[in-house]
Amino acid sequence: MTTRVLAAGATGNPTLNTAVFLAFIVITLYVVYRASHANATAADYYAAGGNFTGVQNGIALSGDFLSAASFLGISGLISVYGYDGFLYSVGWVVAWLVGLLLIAERLRNTGRFTVGDVMSYRLRQRPIRAAAATATMVISFFYMLAQMAGAGGLVALLLNVHSRTGQSLVIVVVGIVMVLYVLVGGMKGTTWVQIIKAALLMVCITMITVFLLGKFGFSLSSILRTAAQSSPKGAAVLGPGTEYGASGTTRLDFVSLALALVLGICSLPHVLMRFYTVPDALQARRSVVSATWVLVVFYLCTLVVGFGAMALVGTNTILNAPGAANSAAPLLAFRIGGPVLLGLVAAVAFATILAVVAGLTLAASASFAHDIYASVIKHGDADPKTEVRVARLTAIVVGALAIGGGIAVNGQNVAYLVALALALAASANLPTMLYTIFWRRFNTTGALWSIYGGLGSCLLLILFSPLVSGSATSVFRGMDFHWFPLSNPGIVSIPLSFVFGYLGTWLSREPADEAKQAEMEVRALTGIAPNTRSSGEHQQTAS
Amino acid sequence: MTTDHLTSPFGGPTEELPVMTAGEIDFAAIQRSDEFVRLRARLRRFVFPVSALFFAWYLVYVLLAAYARSFMSTELFGEINIGMLLGFLQFVSTGAITVWYVRFARTYIDPVSDHIRSQAGVADE
Repeated sequence: MTTRVLAAGATGNPTLNTAVFLAFIVITLYVVYRASHANATAADYYAAGGNFTGVQNGIALSGDFLSAASFLGISGLISVYGYDGFLYSVGWVVAWLVGLLLIAERLRNTGRFTVGDVMSYRLRQRPIRAAAATATMVISFFYMLAQMAGAGGLVALLLNVHSRTGQSLVIVVVGIVMVLYVLVGGMKGTTWVQIIKAALLMVCITMITVFLLGKFGFSLSSILRTAAQSSPKGAAVLGPGTEYGASGTTRLDFVSLALALVLGICSLPHVLMRFYTVPDALQARRSVVSATWVLVVFYLCTLVVGFGAMALVGTNTILNAPGAANSAAPLLAFRIGGPVLLGLVAAVAFATILAVVAGLTLAASASFAHDIYASVIKHGDADPKTEVRVARLTAIVVGALAIGGGIAVNGQNVAYLVALALALAASANLPTMLYTIFWRRFNTTGALWSIYGGLGSCLLLILFSPLVSGSATSVFRGMDFHWFPLSNPGIVSIPLSFVFGYLGTWLSREPADEAKQAEMEVRALTGIAPNTRSSGEHQQTAS
Repeated sequence: MTTDHLTSPFGGPTEELPVMTAGEIDFAAIQRSDEFVRLRARLRRFVFPVSALFFAWYLVYVLLAAYARSFMSTELFGEINIGMLLGFLQFVSTGAITVWYVRFARTYIDPVSDHIRSQAGVADE
């Protein structure tokens, strides 16, 4: 972490910043409280009772992505590396096609609360649910680390906190507030916070973009020229390669990252879980479509904001600020709109982190309570009230872990960390989801091989990558035990997971359950409600 | 009352339809029916090739960005280079495929799946 002090006043008045953003937290907490008044059942807590419309859910979905990773991380990467940052945006947008074409509607028709619901539908319940829940928790944890790192940097910038201890304290407070959102609000409250914040963020970024374009005579070309002139790398920032072009390894690393982006986004558990908050497949489709439009506009704006920050704030100032590249957008806001705009942008960005982390905590705790506690430990006989209580307890534990992890990774670029979570998601979830929906022969062994194989190989490669040891920016700076050259393992672990699923299925010779396969396939395509509740899980009689 | 999802402990989204009327749906028979087989084939004939298409087009873009830097940096008009243009085109193609799929599903998938569902005795909401 840099200890250099910014030029006086570069981040405005901490008191004003804090006031704007406390106001935001109070307002959203109030909304969460109101929205969640009738959080009576497990369905309400996990899936908001399935009562959101497609457009509402689409905005909330895009809210999950207009996160610290995009708003702060990507605009920051663009402001430092230029075109290479833009490559992230492209992956983020294209990825939605995976959700639209292959996953969203099928998932909505066959599951209820968690990824495990769909994965275990026609396979053996307990082992698959345990595997799915493990994957969900690991993925959510990594994604959460990224958000916490973003929160630390952002609040540090806002309150002008430079010391490592001070920032850690900030992360602790952020963590506690976010757990509160989940405990009080459940899925409904979390979704409303996402909607409010996505709307505010879109207004903010559009205003900044229009302002920037206006300042440069509505010529993108002129922004790019000024940016290139003020960048230490010169005109090279307008083309690819400033970040990834150094050697064969870094190029391959970039391809690996690109794969993880496009395949990982619609495999993230907290995204998948969002499809359960709408009443049917048509609304699930509408969710993806609305989210796609919002994100297309958003990432085009990010391009302008990123290069705008490079032009007006300057790469060096950004890198020297607390939070480094992550602070490009707030710094730009301050440069063009003074402390008020900075306060607003920071509050929105902060709310973004809160809401995303709340969603993640919810996904992880739902997965534990619903898949592991209710199905594996209690054999489907858990009292639903107890299940929700377990979910809430898990949320607290998950929150505590995220706080600890967030402190450890504070200072790393948010977008890199997110890319790891995406690689994990694509490796652990995607093959099993696709196989179980589209491949009749697929069986339990195949699913277990694919989930654990993908997750395990991905974790192992991360552990021995330069991100963890052996480079100047590693988590363990003093040690070097890395042998895997790439910082993103996607290019190896994703294909490996598909192969594992295929081999496991063929080698085990275990026949697929024909009846359940028929039921799942028919339901996936038509949305017919189930005959009876599947295979003895949750045999709760209606009160 | 099985329809009251607020008091049904696991009354998740799917249980909003009255479970009882679903009775004994013969999923295997539906799966074998001509109508369903056609629906599935139709859907797969769309989503698999289109997925392959956008994935291949994305990979081409990524590989060009990684390994053809000077080509991508070729300036077209002003400071806009081929890389920028191809990036924008990725946005455009994503939008186009989204619209295309929504139209396709509305015309060829939704009516058939609605029909199968109503045949199975589950009322539309």
